Amino acid sequence: MVNLTVNGQPVSVPEGTILLEAVRSMGVDLPTLCYHEGLSPYGACRLCMVTITAPRHALVASCTIPVEEGMVVETDAPDAVAARRMGLEFLLSRYPRSGVIREIAEREGVTSSRFGEPPPDQADELCMLCGLCVRVCRELIGAAAISFIGRGTERRVGTPFDMHSDACIGCGACAEICPTKAIRIEDRGSKRILHTWNTTVKLHACPECGRFFVPEPAAFLKEMLPEIKDLWALCPACRQKRTTSQWLNTGSTPTS
Amino acid sequence: MKVRTRSDLAKLRSDGLSTLYPPGLRISVGMATCGLAAGAAEVYDALHDEADRLGLYLMLIPTGCIGYCQQEPLVDVRVSGRGRLLYARVTPDRARNMIASLAAGDLPAEGALAYIPEENSELSKPSEALAGVPLLNELPFYSQQRKIVLRNSGLIDPVSLEEYIAREGYQSLALALLDDTPQGVIDHVLDSGLRGRGGAGFPTGRKWQTCHGIQAQSKYIICNGDEGDPGAYVDRTVLEGDPYSVIEGMTIGGYAIGAREGFIYVRDEYPLAIERITQALAQAEKLGLLGENIFSSGFDFNASIVRGAGAFVCGEETALISSIEGGLGEPRPRPPFPATSGLWGKPTIINNVKTLATIPAIIRHGADWYASIGTEGNTGTVVFSLVGKVANTGLVEVPLGLTLYDMIESIGGGGLNGKQVKAIQTGGPSGGCLPTALYNLPITYENMTQAGSIMGSGGMVVMDEDTCMVDVARYFLGFTMAESCGKCTPCREGTRYMYDILTRITSGEGTLKDLELLEEVAEWVKTASLCGLGQTAPNPVLSTLRYFRDEYEAHVKDKRCPAGFCRALIRLTILPDLCTGCGLCQRECPVGAISGEKKKLHVIDQELCTHCRLCYNICPEGAVEIVR
Repeated sequence: MVNLTVNGQPVSVPEGTILLEAVRSMGVDLPTLCYHEGLSPYGACRLCMVTITAPRHALVASCTIPVEEGMVVETDAPDAVAARRMGLEFLLSRYPRSGVIREIAEREGVTSSRFGEPPPDQADELCMLCGLCVRVCRELIGAAAISFIGRGTERRVGTPFDMHSDACIGCGACAEICPTKAIRIEDRGSKRILHTWNTTVKLHACPECGRFFVPEPAAFLKEMLPEIKDLWALCPACRQKRTTSQWLNTGSTPTS
Repeated sequence: MKVRTRSDLAKLRSDGLSTLYPPGLRISVGMATCGLAAGAAEVYDALHDEADRLGLYLMLIPTGCIGYCQQEPLVDVRVSGRGRLLYARVTPDRARNMIASLAAGDLPAEGALAYIPEENSELSKPSEALAGVPLLNELPFYSQQRKIVLRNSGLIDPVSLEEYIAREGYQSLALALLDDTPQGVIDHVLDSGLRGRGGAGFPTGRKWQTCHGIQAQSKYIICNGDEGDPGAYVDRTVLEGDPYSVIEGMTIGGYAIGAREGFIYVRDEYPLAIERITQALAQAEKLGLLGENIFSSGFDFNASIVRGAGAFVCGEETALISSIEGGLGEPRPRPPFPATSGLWGKPTIINNVKTLATIPAIIRHGADWYASIGTEGNTGTVVFSLVGKVANTGLVEVPLGLTLYDMIESIGGGGLNGKQVKAIQTGGPSGGCLPTALYNLPITYENMTQAGSIMGSGGMVVMDEDTCMVDVARYFLGFTMAESCGKCTPCREGTRYMYDILTRITSGEGTLKDLELLEEVAEWVKTASLCGLGQTAPNPVLSTLRYFRDEYEAHVKDKRCPAGFCRALIRLTILPDLCTGCGLCQRECPVGAISGEKKKLHVIDQELCTHCRLCYNICPEGAVEIVR
C-alpha cells in the first residue's frame, strides 16, 4: 500500500493506483472527459489538474500519474482550480452545444467563457477529441477502425480516408463511451449505419423472433465467449427463453 | 576486410592520413546543404572540369560545412609543403582561375579569407609568401570557437571511414569495448558533466545510468535528428559532415546501457543527411564496426535509419518513439520515462545528434578534459547556428559560459549593415527573445531558462531595430499552432487563441483586455500542457511581453508599430527632396499605386497601397519613407 495525503486527509491505496482514482476514492470530485478506468491513461483534456506539493511541487494531470509514497495533494489549490476552469472555459467556447461540458463547467463554477464562439462552420461540433472512441476501438475491441487524422486545430477522428471501414465491426462501443454524444449510430432494418464513420454493417436476425440485434462482423466474438457459443445466433430475449426452458426441463443451464 | 584489432584500425588510419594530407594537392569544397544552396556544386564542377582540362592532378573532396556559412561557397586548398588557404565566396569563374594558378605552380594569396594552420605539420605556420593572409583562428568569427562536435565537419570526406579514423575515429569505441566496462563508460560521461544537447540539458550520464540499471531482454538507443526549430541546422550539418561521429557515439552508448540495436531518426527534409548516414552505416557494417562481435569483444550492435515524416512534435521523445513504432506522432504522458519503458515498451535512451557526436571525444580525451571546458555545471561546448540580422552568420561552436555579447558582437560582428541589434532568439518556438540589456549574460542552461528562453537545440536568431517583436511572437505562435499535435486542450486551443490575439494586435485591433488575456492564457498553456512542446509554446509570447512590453502597448494604445513592420500600422510616402523620378517604383508596384511623370516627383495612392514595402526596398535613392 502507498500512503498519501489528499486535501489534508491521509489515505492508503494499492501501489500503481492512478492519482485520480485515489482522489476519487475519498469522495473528492474531479472533472474528466478523456479518462476511463478501463483504458490506458491519456492525459488530453487536462481537466483533472491538481497540485502536488510533495515529493516535488507540480501542477499535474491526476489521470496520468501513479501515486507515490508520501505524496501530498491539494485538489483546490489556486493554480489547480485556475487550470481546470481555464480548460473548461475554452471547451465551453468551442463546444457551446454540449450539455455534458456545460454541466461539468457549472460544477467547477464556470458558466460563461471569455474566449468567443466557434467558427460558424464548427458551431455544431461536439467531438472534443478526448480519444475515448479511438482507444476503446483499439484497446478493448481490437479493431482499430478509427484514429486521429490531421494535427493541431485540424485534428479530428475518422476512418482511413473517411471511407467505409472494413475493420469496423459495428459494435458501437465508440458511441457508447463518447462523453459528448458526438457519434451518430442508427439501426435501420437489417443495417446499422455508423454515420460518423461513413460505415454501414449488416445486422444479424434472430432465427426465432426475426429481430435484428447484432452486427454480423461481430460474430467472431462467439469464439471468445464459449459459454454462449451455441446460443450466439439468438437475440438476448430468445436466448433467455431458451435457457430458462432448458433449465426447467433439465435443471441445468449452459453456463452453470 | 573487417576491423578486429587496434592494428587493423592503425592500418586504416594510415590510409586516411594519406588522403587527408596527400603529398600533392587537395581541394575541399564545403558541400553541406548550406554550401550547395550557395552554389558549391557549380564551383565543384568548375574545379573538376578545369583540372581535367589542364591535366592537373588533385584530390577534390566534397566536404561538410566549414562553418562560415555566410562566406560560402568556401574552398579549402592544401598544397603539400606550400600552405593551406581558405577561399571565400568562390564563383565558378574564380574556381577556374584558381586551378589555372595552381597548375602554373602558384598558390594565390589573393582572395584568400584565411590561412589554415595544421598542428604538428610543416603547414603549422604560413610561409613568407603568404604572410599577409590572416590565420583562420585569428578571424573574429573563429577566434573564440572550440570545435569538438564540429571537429571533423568541413575537414574530412564525410563518407570516408578512413579519414574519420585518421582523425582519431573509432579509437574511443576500441577503448570502451576493449579496456572499459559499461559502468566505466557511464562514469566517464557522468564525470564529464555532459548534458543533453537537444535543449533541455538533462545530464546524459544520469540518463544512461538509469537505463543501464534496468534488466531487460532488449534495450534501444535512438539518435534524435528530428531538428525542426526555425533557424537551426546544427544536427543536419553534423549528420552531413561527420556521420561516423554520431554512429560511433551511438555504438558506445549502446555498449554502456546494454542495447544491441539503435535507430537514427532523421527528418525526411534532410535528404543529404539521410544519404550520408545511409552510406556511413553501410561502410561501418562492411568493416565490422557495426554488426556482430565488434572488435572481437563479444559486443553486437546494429543501427538503422528511420525517416521522419515531417512533424515538428516528433522531436519530442515519446512522440518520436510512437512514430518509430508506426503510430501517430503524438506525445504520451511521462512517467514512465523512455529510459524505463520506451520503444515497444523496452528501456530506451534518446540522445540528440550533438550529444552522441560528443561522446567519442569524451572517451578519447577523458572526462576531466571535457569538464575543464566551459563552466561549472555547464561543461563543454555548445553549437549554435548564428543567423538572422547579424553580420557574420554560420555555425559557431563555443565553450559554454561565453556571454551573449561575445556571440553576437565579437563572433557575429554585430548587426547586419551596421544596424542596432535588438533581440536574440534562442531555442526556436520553445525559446524566447532576449534583449541586448542581457548582453553580459553567460550562456548556460540555467541562465537561459531564468531569462525566459531556453538553450534549445542550436538556433540563435538575431533581430534588429527593424524587427517587430509582436510580429515575432505571432510568427512563432503560428508555427506551434500548426505543429501542435492537437492532443491536449491547452496546446491545441491555447496556441490558436494566442495566435488570434497576436494577429489582432499586429493588425491594430488589439485592446488592453487582449494583453491581459494573452498573459493569462500563456500561463495556462505553459503549466497545463501535456508535453514539452505545449509547455514551452508560450515562451515567445511571455519573453517578448517581459522585455518588449512597450512595443505591445504601442500597437494597442497608439496603434503604432515602433519597428515599422506591421502592415496595418504603417504608411509609405515618397520624400520630395530625394525622389529623382526614375520611375522604378512605379514600374514595380504590384498594385499600380504609384504615379508620376519621368524625372518628377512620384506619389503613392494611399487608397491602393497595400504597404508591401517593395518600393521602400528597391528605391535607389532611399526616397521612400515608412511613416509609423
